[in-house]
Amino acid sequence: MTDDALYRLQDLRKSHGSVFTLHVHQLDVRRGEVLGLLGPTGAGKSTLLRLLAGLEHPTGGDIRFEDSSFVSTELPLPIRRRITLVHQRPVLLTGSVRLNVEYGLRLRGSQDRARKVEEVLDRLGLTEFASQSAQTLSGGQVQLVALARALVIEPDVLLLDEPSAHLDPAYVARMEETIRQIQQDRRMTVVWATHNLFQAHRVAVRTALLLNGQLLEVAPTEEFFTNPSDPRTADFVQGRMVY
Amino acid sequence: MPFFTADFWSILWLSLRVSGTAVLISSFIGIPCGVWLGLSQHRGQRLLSALIHTGMAFPPVVVGLVLYILLSRSGPLAFLGWMFTIEAMIAAQTILASPFVIGITMSAVAAVPTELPEQLRTLGASERQCRWTILREARHGVLLAVAAAFGRSVSEVGAVLIIGGNIQGHTRVLTTAIVLETGKGNFEFALALGGALLLMALLVNLIIVRLQGSRLPA
Repeated sequence: MTDDALYRLQDLRKSHGSVFTLHVHQLDVRRGEVLGLLGPTGAGKSTLLRLLAGLEHPTGGDIRFEDSSFVSTELPLPIRRRITLVHQRPVLLTGSVRLNVEYGLRLRGSQDRARKVEEVLDRLGLTEFASQSAQTLSGGQVQLVALARALVIEPDVLLLDEPSAHLDPAYVARMEETIRQIQQDRRMTVVWATHNLFQAHRVAVRTALLLNGQLLEVAPTEEFFTNPSDPRTADFVQGRMVY
Repeated sequence: MPFFTADFWSILWLSLRVSGTAVLISSFIGIPCGVWLGLSQHRGQRLLSALIHTGMAFPPVVVGLVLYILLSRSGPLAFLGWMFTIEAMIAAQTILASPFVIGITMSAVAAVPTELPEQLRTLGASERQCRWTILREARHGVLLAVAAAFGRSVSEVGAVLIIGGNIQGHTRVLTTAIVLETGKGNFEFALALGGALLLMALLVNLIIVRLQGSRLPA
């Protein structure tokens, strides 16, 4: 285990009934890093993110956030409020884009809400939609609003589940740049699940590969792509694996 | 014959008071129950839903009869002294209205996307905040539940006639007065009372429709 580990996962297992979903032998998520989670659809990326967010409990092994194990207990609200997850299919509240982005700040009774909301809307190019009903947005815009409502609460941990799945390339670049800037400014920990190899290469400091629910390899991104230790990782990154 | 006598206004006011109180009580009990049932997933869910939906079809005269037996001198609740009182009428209408509030609220909450509660939690919502936000999202259905409950209460005649006794100036409401005036052949007055009943229902529903369109804090 590294000293700067924010999360520590040991022999973590998750099953849904009799169906095996995930096994992570050992994984540390380091404070302030961007960890890319690669893997094809159904590899277990979303399940791992849900476990990190405390939305699900593992069926075996250990998961720790700082010094707190939350294998079978709910994460306390103050810790839960330091972690946020941007879902693959976000659901927005009835009302304007601004109301949606402001939501997390309202929950916390934050001061200076208007300025924070305007700032994040501006960064993600959403200012012109601020007063628009969230129910009239396109799929890509919904994803951006979901990202905005997560970033505005300034979490310590940002968990991203395929956040750019419905975005145009220009929006993808803007989104990646915004997250990169905020991550560096605030030394935020980001776990970014994607099936896009190029995106993982662009954004992650370290990259992990999940395949059929198994965590195969975690390595610094350059090493992961140029000199992977597991032959299946090599097959995956070089496009030889058909899945 | 003058319609708008002191007696008329007294009947109108009593109807509003009895039905309004019954809807308030049933909303106070029924909305939290409906939210809980709409969000929870347990084994007895289907059975509970079936029971609540059956409750919507309670015949008012049966409710009146059961309450009569319970509240009469030899009944187990005789000590309350509620027989032929407003309290008994409110109790009857609360029993009749509550399944509407619970059932329709439950359906409205269950119609909110199932992913929403989890996503609210990841944004830092406590359980209480989560439930409030879901209630806000389901508010059209919840207000419909309140409107349906009011409709059920204010139009009901069987139960309040049995346990209220239709006593002039004491327990006479619009519906029981209509029955009485029709029996006496005073059709014009009965129709005027019917018009007042419809107008009251319209006004209450206009208020509810306005609330449905209002913006509530998230």
